[in-house]
Amino acid sequence: MDAATAVELKNKTILTSTPHVHSKLSAQKAMWLVVISLLPPLVMGVIYFGLYQLVVVLAALAGAVMTESAIKYIRKQKITILDGSAIITGLLLGLIVPPGLNPVFAFIGSVVAIGFGKEVFGGLGYNIFNPALVGRAFLQAAYPVAMTTWSAPAMAVDTVTKATPLSLFKFEAIASKGGVDAMSLFLGNVGGSIGETSSIAILVGMVFLIAMKVLNWRVPLAMIVGLLLFSGIFWLIDPTKFASPIHHLFMGGFMFGAVYMASDWVTSPVTNKGIWIYGMAISLIVVMIRLFGGLPEGVMYAILIMNGFVPLINRYTKPVIFGAEK
Amino acid sequence: MFKSLVHPGSFKGGVHPAEAKELSMDFPFERMPNPKMIYLPLSQHAGKESKLLVAKGSLVKKGELLAEPDGFISAPIHSPVNGAVTKISKTANLSGVPKTVIEISVSEESEPSYLEAIDFKTANKTELLDRIKEAGIVGMGGAAFPAFVKLSPPPGKKIDKLIINAAECEPYLTRDYRLMLEYTDELISGIEILMKIIGVDCVIGIEDNKPKAVEILKNKLGNRTDITVRVLPVKYPQGAEKMLIYAVTGKKVPPGKLPMDVGVVMQNVGTAISVFRAVALGEPQIEAYVSVTGGGITKPRNIIVPVGTPVSEILDFCGGLKPDAIKVVAGGPMMGNNLYDYNAPVMKATSGLLILTEAESQPGESIPCLRCGKCIEVCPVNLMPTRLSQYSKLQRFEDAEASGILVCMECGCCAYECPANIPLVQWIKLGKKEVMKIKQQERKSA
Repeated sequence: MDAATAVELKNKTILTSTPHVHSKLSAQKAMWLVVISLLPPLVMGVIYFGLYQLVVVLAALAGAVMTESAIKYIRKQKITILDGSAIITGLLLGLIVPPGLNPVFAFIGSVVAIGFGKEVFGGLGYNIFNPALVGRAFLQAAYPVAMTTWSAPAMAVDTVTKATPLSLFKFEAIASKGGVDAMSLFLGNVGGSIGETSSIAILVGMVFLIAMKVLNWRVPLAMIVGLLLFSGIFWLIDPTKFASPIHHLFMGGFMFGAVYMASDWVTSPVTNKGIWIYGMAISLIVVMIRLFGGLPEGVMYAILIMNGFVPLINRYTKPVIFGAEK
Repeated sequence: MFKSLVHPGSFKGGVHPAEAKELSMDFPFERMPNPKMIYLPLSQHAGKESKLLVAKGSLVKKGELLAEPDGFISAPIHSPVNGAVTKISKTANLSGVPKTVIEISVSEESEPSYLEAIDFKTANKTELLDRIKEAGIVGMGGAAFPAFVKLSPPPGKKIDKLIINAAECEPYLTRDYRLMLEYTDELISGIEILMKIIGVDCVIGIEDNKPKAVEILKNKLGNRTDITVRVLPVKYPQGAEKMLIYAVTGKKVPPGKLPMDVGVVMQNVGTAISVFRAVALGEPQIEAYVSVTGGGITKPRNIIVPVGTPVSEILDFCGGLKPDAIKVVAGGPMMGNNLYDYNAPVMKATSGLLILTEAESQPGESIPCLRCGKCIEVCPVNLMPTRLSQYSKLQRFEDAEASGILVCMECGCCAYECPANIPLVQWIKLGKKEVMKIKQQERKSA
């Protein structure tokens, strides 16, 4: 090789540290895969509750995207909409509100989710709490009536309100034999949040995300095992008073929370051991709130509470270095 | 939890990069014509730079001793060609560090001046060990540790197993694979020599993506019980010393300890063949067996060159770089050094030259850590790479040390997997260097 070729080569080649190859799963790709995995619950929500739900979801989406862009603009940072994370937050929020919610509320929820759930901490990667759940917690506090008005499924556009399976269990003491059969719960043809009722759609999303290596399967598994265990104990004590573990599993926001909320990379523990603790603890709190708390549902608070414990869990579940085992 | 799901004996973690071995695996070794100039670094091994024995103007013969070891952990350097020393210079070696280099202008081949051949069947242990030392054999697995040092464990260390590392777990590289196919007899004899020196049985550890090599070895070995082949599932870094020892023996080398502390001596396939040649032919380690591969080289192949051949000559011999090549790496894609000086010479332990295209190398933009935990999940030695890299970044070197930064072997699994594209290994390398510096200062002041 002559000197000129060598110089030319030097100019066109690059220098980096090791390694020189990289997994094909970038953060951006992972985010878009999550967006895709949210389509089945969205579709089922629209089928059960009507096309109007698209307006609600789009309002939440717009709130998230616009808030993030505005904050990045004010802070003179690169607009990061294409990384997909704000889109996920908007979609998630849109799917965990009651069908027929005033779109303005959905929009406001997303503003809070992105503004106070994420950007206030420094943006993607720095937040402590799941942004979409922060937004929903705000809505629950600010608009409690709107957030607990459940329209009945089967294409009802508005006004026909119906108690959710959870509130039936909670406030009308209809245990497993009464209100709703497990199959309806599994399919999602029951009252509930737009994207949360259809467990089968959520399971499709879950399998997809696990196959794509976006979702750490330990998160949903730890939560499911925990829920079956803790709700099972009470069910065995008194099956006439407490709902069966299977009902608990497919009721309310549990499956959605296990697959899409608790599994959020940023706000869940980094160690696998930590994830088991985190997932089981979420389920314990869910069961406690559902059975003994003042609210019918506890998934949102359970996840937010455990988000707060994540740094502590990380600290105490540091893996033992290879060969240093006692 | 779920330990039983893991392949027994296989380590936890690791990654599965595209193997890409097919690019060069079917090309038998070819001898490249000698270059006009050879650049022979005095530091081609772990340990101290060798002491120069020649000067500008010296005429040298192929196989002649040019530099002698300086201290216990060091190795002699022999001339790979006939020629004349034109200059003693400071030139960057493959790792980019300027080192003393003997520049030799190459002349015609003639009868080489090798060491005397030894019949290894009748020779005793000391003779064999001395020969390995004299011939300047260094480990060809990557670290280039002088081979005789590993073969001379201090008294009190009981060795019960020789492991031949034939995993070749780095993607792309096919040197060890080709060596096993083409030099099977030499390999087995080399292993016998090593076994005689340390007096133990041997296991050859190989990944299951090399079925041809497994077959040929098993055929040659027949029913022998002293040398056995252990086929391991493909997983990077299966060929890392600690991982392979664990796979074969079930023993874990504790942090800061050596394989000999768990009774193991490990040598690479190439090293065993070099040992055979040094003993049976008297040939010092003067040739490098190199895979030239990657999507960015016109003609991928496996070649034999004199140690000291400039990389640029090899790239030319292999048809030059393709237009979309963006990186030249000495070694494999996970741990190899990115070259900036294409005149840097190939060394004794160089296993490959890898030329990568942009599509293969995908240098992505890095974003803040998303705490996905993938780096921790894939780390074969159970570190928390994201935390270690943050400690380095924040210059919290004491915390980095307490979290085990020195245990990191820089295998690259974490940075390979990181969806945020954080250069974890780069930060950890920096942190390790600083921690070592601090420890050295402490030792001095103590």
